This record gives sequence, structure tokens and C-alpha cells, in this order.
Amino acid sequence: MAAEKKATRAAYGETLVELVEQGIDVVAVEADLSGSTTTKKLGAAHPERLVNVGIAEQDMVGVAAGLSLTGHTAFTGSFAVFGTGRVYDQIRNTVCYANLNVKIAPTHAGISVGPDGGSHQMVEDIALMRVLPNMRVLVPADYYAAKAAIKLAAETPGPVYVRMGRASVPCVYEPGKELEMGRAYVLREGSDVSIVACGVEIDEALKAAELLAAEGISAEVIDAFCVKPLDEDTILASVEKTGCIVTAEEHSVIGGLGGAVAECLAAKHPAPLERVGMQDCFGTSASYEELLVEFHMDAAAIAEAAKKVISRK
Amino acid sequence: MNLEELKSMAGDIRVDIVKMVAEAGSGHPGGSLSAADIMCALYFGGVLKHDAENPKAEDRDRFLLSKGHAAPALYATLAEAGYFPKEELATLRKLHSRLQGHPDCRKLPGVEASTGSLGQGLSIAAGMALGLKLNGSESSVFTLMGDGECQEGQVWEAAMFAAHKGLDNLVAIVDHNHLQIDGRIETVCSPEDLGDKFRSFGWQVFQCDGNDMEAILATLESAKESRSGKPCVIVAETTKGKGVSFMEDQAGWHGKAPNAEQTEQALAELTANKEAK
Repeated sequence: MAAEKKATRAAYGETLVELVEQGIDVVAVEADLSGSTTTKKLGAAHPERLVNVGIAEQDMVGVAAGLSLTGHTAFTGSFAVFGTGRVYDQIRNTVCYANLNVKIAPTHAGISVGPDGGSHQMVEDIALMRVLPNMRVLVPADYYAAKAAIKLAAETPGPVYVRMGRASVPCVYEPGKELEMGRAYVLREGSDVSIVACGVEIDEALKAAELLAAEGISAEVIDAFCVKPLDEDTILASVEKTGCIVTAEEHSVIGGLGGAVAECLAAKHPAPLERVGMQDCFGTSASYEELLVEFHMDAAAIAEAAKKVISRK
Repeated sequence: MNLEELKSMAGDIRVDIVKMVAEAGSGHPGGSLSAADIMCALYFGGVLKHDAENPKAEDRDRFLLSKGHAAPALYATLAEAGYFPKEELATLRKLHSRLQGHPDCRKLPGVEASTGSLGQGLSIAAGMALGLKLNGSESSVFTLMGDGECQEGQVWEAAMFAAHKGLDNLVAIVDHNHLQIDGRIETVCSPEDLGDKFRSFGWQVFQCDGNDMEAILATLESAKESRSGKPCVIVAETTKGKGVSFMEDQAGWHGKAPNAEQTEQALAELTANKEAK
């Protein structure tokens, strides 16, 4: 049976509605993209809880900061390219420097925006958010993980980044899945290679493990949904067993999950590492599925990287 | 405080500003001195509802310094108001001080938001004003901006938003001293008539002499009381470096500390000016 497919962004608006109905003082600030990000659902259910500032992302972050300073849990939306890079200074100086209770939760991250092209395919956002003091970075793998990540963000005081995508992707978790801050999850146990992935690359990593199994290679798959703080214990325990690691992310190999794992390994347990992701380049227009192949981020590419890293042991 | 006491307090704030910047060896005296009367009127003229003993009181009005480089003016005012000991002013910009080069709300009581990267305060203030309305609060939000700061695009995003939302519990003050680091604002990149600009964005606009205590006090009171469905802006005409003859209307004193001799002269002028009143 084919897995259920749903976009991570589909979790956004409806989870905010659930949070409000549980009595949590959540306000979403949006920049003219409430339909795309799905925060429109919050506006429909609780009009005073959705603040649309128009196409003004800098103001979006500032208004969210002001809302947090008057006691509200503020979420910002927009697309990841505008919601992080365009407002980096606002997130840095107004939100993170003051450790405000603002959640940066844009959608349409990575190459999953497909045909919109390289201008809109944000593949640097994890790096930008990860480097900020006080910021935590969550990259949910599927719709259910996204629901959990949004709840976790709302429950966690201070700045949290939640990265969501546009495309429908297979669900790897069961309904009701809960996630913990700072934890990685072993989704498949193995002994020859550790595949540490996040976001929509989790599904590709699980498929890669199947491809490898057919060749007699045992791959462990770890969901590092929390890129910061990174669950180093789980990753190091895995690499101590397997002796090598592949990272996979829908993001540049510089500064994101691959960068974080490289820093961890270099400091604590040097081991061969291959990083699957955007190889220091911008994206281009095509379907999401075509782009996964074009940029060597599909299951076959992860399996290839696994064989290469095993050969380096 | 009566008018004479307010003028005297503004003089004390100016003395504090000069002393602390001189002690720090760096900082921004020009735009701090231009704003001293505005700050004094807000905190000591009964405009801003605040309590140094209870800086987080729910029913307080909020003030945030969007032009964060004028931190010396804010710190001097907060110290004079009793938020922290005046002796601490001498720690400005030094290691382990709560008085950071630009205001840090995590460190110092009375600082409502961390500012310093220009153009962001009006958005934060608008978010606060909206947040207070959501809370059913009657409190007002004040923010002080620079005129050069109004070159930042985000200011106009916030201006559009605040008017659209009818945030009449918001009062913005522009310290219109006509100077920025590179020279006269009209020469560097003129914003033209700031009052007209805000008016066209749907704001209620007030104009006054921002270095005339009586005028600024009356204007602040009018703006605070005006709950007309529009946010209010006060375009306050000021002189950069006000009160220190050699700093007045000089762009060069935007971000420079006086040396020992200059400090002595500045303090002598400020003291003489105070005694004359």
C-alpha cells in the first residue's frame, strides 16, 4: 500500500487552531501568503489571531516581536526564502538577541517549491537559523512530525525555527507522533552505515536503506528532525557502531545538517562522512521529483553515497 | 514636576549623557542630547505611566528607543527615574555592564526591547500596541525614532500597518535633528516632509519644537490622549548636540566621545545653562 502523502505545511494552520482551542495564546503574523502557508485556517477560525501585514516581511517579524513582548506566542510565516534570508537582521537583532518568544515558521523551504525556480528555492535557511544564538531549529519529516514540531515550538519558550515544505510527501510517522526538543530518532536499525537525514529526505533515506538492503548492506536511518540542538549522543552511538555516516537534507551541504554532523564528528569521533544535499549551488525550475534526481538527492543518490562512504572506512 | 523642574531635570540628563560618553570613551552624544528634552518630558512630565519600582507592571505604558544609539539618553533618564543606581552610568560600554552600547532588554530594567539595528522599533511598537489591544489593555506605546532612521524601508512597512490596524494607542516621535553620520539628512537622502509622509500613510501628525519643554510636553499629552482611530506621530524639530555649543548641529558629534578638555567645557556650559534658568 502506498504511504499517505501530505505536505508538511498542511499541518501549520490547523495545528495553530488546535493550540488556540487548547487555550494557548498563539498569534500568527503573515505576509500575504496565508493561503499558501495555511495560516488562513487560523484566521477563519479565530480572526483576531491572524495578523496579515501585507507583503512586508520585515514588519512581520517586528510585529511578532511586539506581540511576544505583550505576552503572546507569536508565529511568523511567509515562504522560507523571504521569512529567513530577507529578514535575517530582524530575526537576529530583534528576536534572537532579546531571546523573544517568536517562532519563525515559514513554508515552501528547499527545492520542493519546484517550478518557481532557484529564486524561490531556499536552500540556505537551516544554516542561517542554526548559527543564531538562542535559536532552535526543527525540520519535520512529514505532516505528523510537522504537527508535533509546531506544538513543540509553541511549548518551548524563546525563538524556534520550524521548516516546512510545499510538496506532498509520504508520511513516515503515525498520527499523534510526539517529538522532543534535542532528540533524534532511529527509524531503522543497521550496522554498516548511518544515514542521518532530516525533513523530506527522511523518506528518501528510508528508500535508500531498502535499496542497500537488497545489496546486502545494512543501513541505520536516523531522523535528526532537531538540527539544533543536535542529538549528538544518538548520532555518535550510531557511528560508533557503523563507522561511517551519510547526511541527507533538502538544503545546502554547507552549514545545515551536514555541516552540523561534520562539526560533531570532527570534534568527537572522526569518521568518514558524505553529505547529500545541494552542492553549493542554486536550484532551478522543474518538478520536485525531477529536482531530487537532478541534484542527486533521491534515494539512489543516498545509496550511492552510502556505498562510497563505506569504501572509505 | 513643574516646567522649571522638568527643564532642570533635562539639564541633569544632559550632564549624565556627556559624563557617561566621556567615561566610556565612545558612544553617541549628538542624538542623545537632541532627545534629552523628549525623554525628560516622557518620564518626568507625567506622560508615560511607569513605575521604577515595578518595571514590568501590567498597566504601564511602554517606551522603546528605536534609535538605539541614543542609549545614553535612555540610560540617563532611567537612572534619574530610579530604575538603577546613577553610579552605574559610569559603566556604559564596559565589560560586564548592564549598560550595553545599544539597549539590551535582557540586561537592564526599564528597557522594553533590544534595539540598535535601525528601522525596527516602529514595527515592534506596532506589535506591542496590537498585543495590548488584544489583551484589552488601555496602555499606550511610545517609540522614539531618528529622522535618518526614517530612510529605512521597514519604517514605512510599519507605518502602513499601524494605520491600517487603527493603532491609536501608538505614539511615534521623530527626533528631527536633520543630521545623520554622513551629513545633513537633506543632502544624504532627503525624506522630504516627514509629517506629510506619515499623514499620507493615515497617521495623525503633530509637529513641535522638540527642545522646548513646554511644547514637547503639551504635544506628547495631546498625542497620548488622541484616540481617534489613527496612530500618532510627533515630528519634533530638534538640534543635534543640543546644550553643548561645539556639538550643536554638527554631524561629527554623532558618534564621538569628547576628550577631557571638551568634556570640561561641555559640563561647564550645561551647568551654566542650568544655573541661568
